[in-house]
Amino acid sequence: MYQYDKYDQGMVDARVEEFRDQVRRRIAGDINDDQFKPLRLKNGLYLQLHAYMLRVAIPYGTFNSLQMRKLADIARKYDRGYGHFTTRQNIQYNWIKLEEAPDILAELATVEMHAIQTSGESIRNISADQYAGAAADEICDPRPWAELIRQATTFHPEFSYLPRKFKIAVISAAEDRAALRWHDCALRIVRNEAGEEGFEVYAGGGMGRTPFIAYKIRDFLPAQQIFSYLQAILRVWNLHARRDNIHKQRMKILVHELGEEEFRRQVEEEFQTFLALGTDFPQAEYDRIAEYFTPPPFEAGLSDEIDRSDPDFALWVDRQVAEHKAPGYAIANISLKPIGGIAGDISADQMDIVADLAERYSFDEIRATHAQNLVLPHVRKADLYAVWQALDAAELADANLDLITDIIACPGLDYCTLANARSIPLAQKISERFADMERQLDIGELKIKISGCINACGHHHAGQIGILGVDRKGTENYQLLLGGSGAEDTSQAKITGPGFDEAGIVDAVERTVERYRELREPGERFLDTYRRVGLDPFKEAIYG
Amino acid sequence: MRILTGNDLKSGAVIWWTGRDWSLHVEEAADVGEHGEAVLAAEDGARRVNGGYIVDAEATPEGPRPAHIKDRIRALGPTVRPDLTLKPADPTAGDWVI
Repeated sequence: MYQYDKYDQGMVDARVEEFRDQVRRRIAGDINDDQFKPLRLKNGLYLQLHAYMLRVAIPYGTFNSLQMRKLADIARKYDRGYGHFTTRQNIQYNWIKLEEAPDILAELATVEMHAIQTSGESIRNISADQYAGAAADEICDPRPWAELIRQATTFHPEFSYLPRKFKIAVISAAEDRAALRWHDCALRIVRNEAGEEGFEVYAGGGMGRTPFIAYKIRDFLPAQQIFSYLQAILRVWNLHARRDNIHKQRMKILVHELGEEEFRRQVEEEFQTFLALGTDFPQAEYDRIAEYFTPPPFEAGLSDEIDRSDPDFALWVDRQVAEHKAPGYAIANISLKPIGGIAGDISADQMDIVADLAERYSFDEIRATHAQNLVLPHVRKADLYAVWQALDAAELADANLDLITDIIACPGLDYCTLANARSIPLAQKISERFADMERQLDIGELKIKISGCINACGHHHAGQIGILGVDRKGTENYQLLLGGSGAEDTSQAKITGPGFDEAGIVDAVERTVERYRELREPGERFLDTYRRVGLDPFKEAIYG
Repeated sequence: MRILTGNDLKSGAVIWWTGRDWSLHVEEAADVGEHGEAVLAAEDGARRVNGGYIVDAEATPEGPRPAHIKDRIRALGPTVRPDLTLKPADPTAGDWVI
C-alpha cells in the first residue's frame, strides 16, 4: 500500500499544527463558530447530537495493522472504546472533545492517516473495490489510479471550494462492489480491443434528496488522460453549478438539467483544453505510485483445498470467503453485522484482533467496505480455519454477507444531527426478526439499506429493500422502497406507498420477503423476482 | 415551557441552561419564557455554549421533557447504547425518550 514520502508527511503534520492553532483561537474566542465551522469541517470534525464527531479517512478503504491499532488506541484514549465504519469506507468516532481533536490528528499522522476531506465541499475520500488487488475478476489493481487522483486533487486550489461535495469511485472488475454509478464521477478500468487499459467514465450520479444514476459519458478514455478528463468534468460543474441553491449544487443536478449530451459536449470541449496544457500524470509518476501496490509475495504451489469438516466453519466459508486471484489464497470478509448489533460498529479490542489477524495472515492488509464490513484480502486457504476461530472468539464470525441481516444503516437519530428518525434500532429489529440462519439462507441475497433522513447516507435508494426515516409531525415514520441496486445492475428503488411506524415497518419488510418467497422462480434473487413481477404484487402483500 | 440547549464548546457535551449556568441534566433546565434569544446571545458571546437553541418542552414532575424526540435523545444519549447514556444503571431510562 502507499507510504508517505517526506512531502506527504510534511503536509499532514503542517495541517495538524494549523488546526491546533485554529482550535486554540476558537476556544480563546478569537474566532466565532461561523468562522470556525468551515475550518473544522475541512478536518473531518462535525458537531453531532451528543458531542463532536471525527471522521477519519481510509483512502480507497485500504489500511494496515499499525493503522488499525492506532484507531483502537484512539477509541480507548479519546472516545468511548469503539469506532463506526461508514458507507464511504471511512471510520468515525462519536464522542470527541474539541480540545483533544488536534492531539488525535497528531496521533493519526504518526501512522500516515488524517481526516482531511472527509467533510466539506471537497473531493471526498475516493472509494474503490474492497477486493482491489485480490479479486479474481479484476483487470488490474485500481488503487494506483485512486491514489494518483487523491494526490492530484487533495490540495488542488480549484477543488478546494467546490459547489458541494464530490464523490469518486474507481474499480476494475465487471462485478461492481463499490456502488459505482451512485457516485458523482465513477471510473471503471477496462481494456480496449488493442488490449490497452483505459476508463469507462460515468458522471452525474448520487443519492440524497434527488437521486440520479450516473450516465456513461465515455466508453473508453486512455488511462494516461484521466486527470485531464477529470479536471474537465470538475471545471464544467464548477462553472455552472447552482451555488444559489444548496439543494441544486451537486453535479448530478447540473448533468440532469444540461442533459447528458450537452454535459458530455462541454466536458469534451474542456478536455481538449486540458490535454493541450499537458497536466496529465507522467508515466514515471504512475510507475512510482504503482510500485507501492505491487502484489504481496504470494506463495506458489499452495493447495486450494479447504477442510470443511466443521459445519459452522463451512457455513462461514460459503458466505464470507471470496475467490482470490492467487491459487491457494482467499478473500475473507469480516461481518460487522451481528444479530441485533449496530452496523459498522467495532470495539477497540476487536480492532486489535483484526489488526493481529491482518498482520499474521493477510500480508498486513485490511479493507473497509462501503457496506460497513471489513476484509482480510490475502489469506491462505490453509489459514482460513485459524482466522475463523479467532474471529469467532471475538464475536466477528457472523456468516451473513449480502444476506437479509447484512444491513447498511446510517447512525440515524441516535447520533446524527441531520437525521429525522432512528436507523439503528430498525436494523436491529429486522436482524432479530430474521436471525434464523436457515431462513436467511433460504431467502438468499437481499440487501436492506436504511437511512434516517433524505441525505441517504444509508443508501436506501440502492436497497433491494430500502427504508427511509422521516419526521411526521414530530414522530418517526418509515417509508419502504423496493428494487434498488448498487451493483453492476444499478437501479433506483421505488417507494411502495404510505409509511409505517417502527413496528409496522418491520412487519412490512417481513410481508415483502414472504411474498417474494411465494413468487420466486428457481434461482431468482429477491431483486430478480421484483424486476420480473413489478411492484404491485408486493404492494398488495404490504398494504393488503 | 421553553428551555435552552446547546453543546459545550470544548467538550461538545449536550448542556441545558439552568437559569444561572449550564448543566448536563435536562431535569435542571429552567423555563426561559421569552428571554431565550437574549440568554443565548450572551452565552454564545461568552463562549459558554456552542450552537445554542430554544426547545419547546413539557413540564413534568420529573422536570422538563423536550417536545421533540431529537432533543430527548440529546438529553439522555443514544437509545441503542444505554451504557453510554447519562443513566446507564437505569434500564427503563429509554422509555422517557420514546
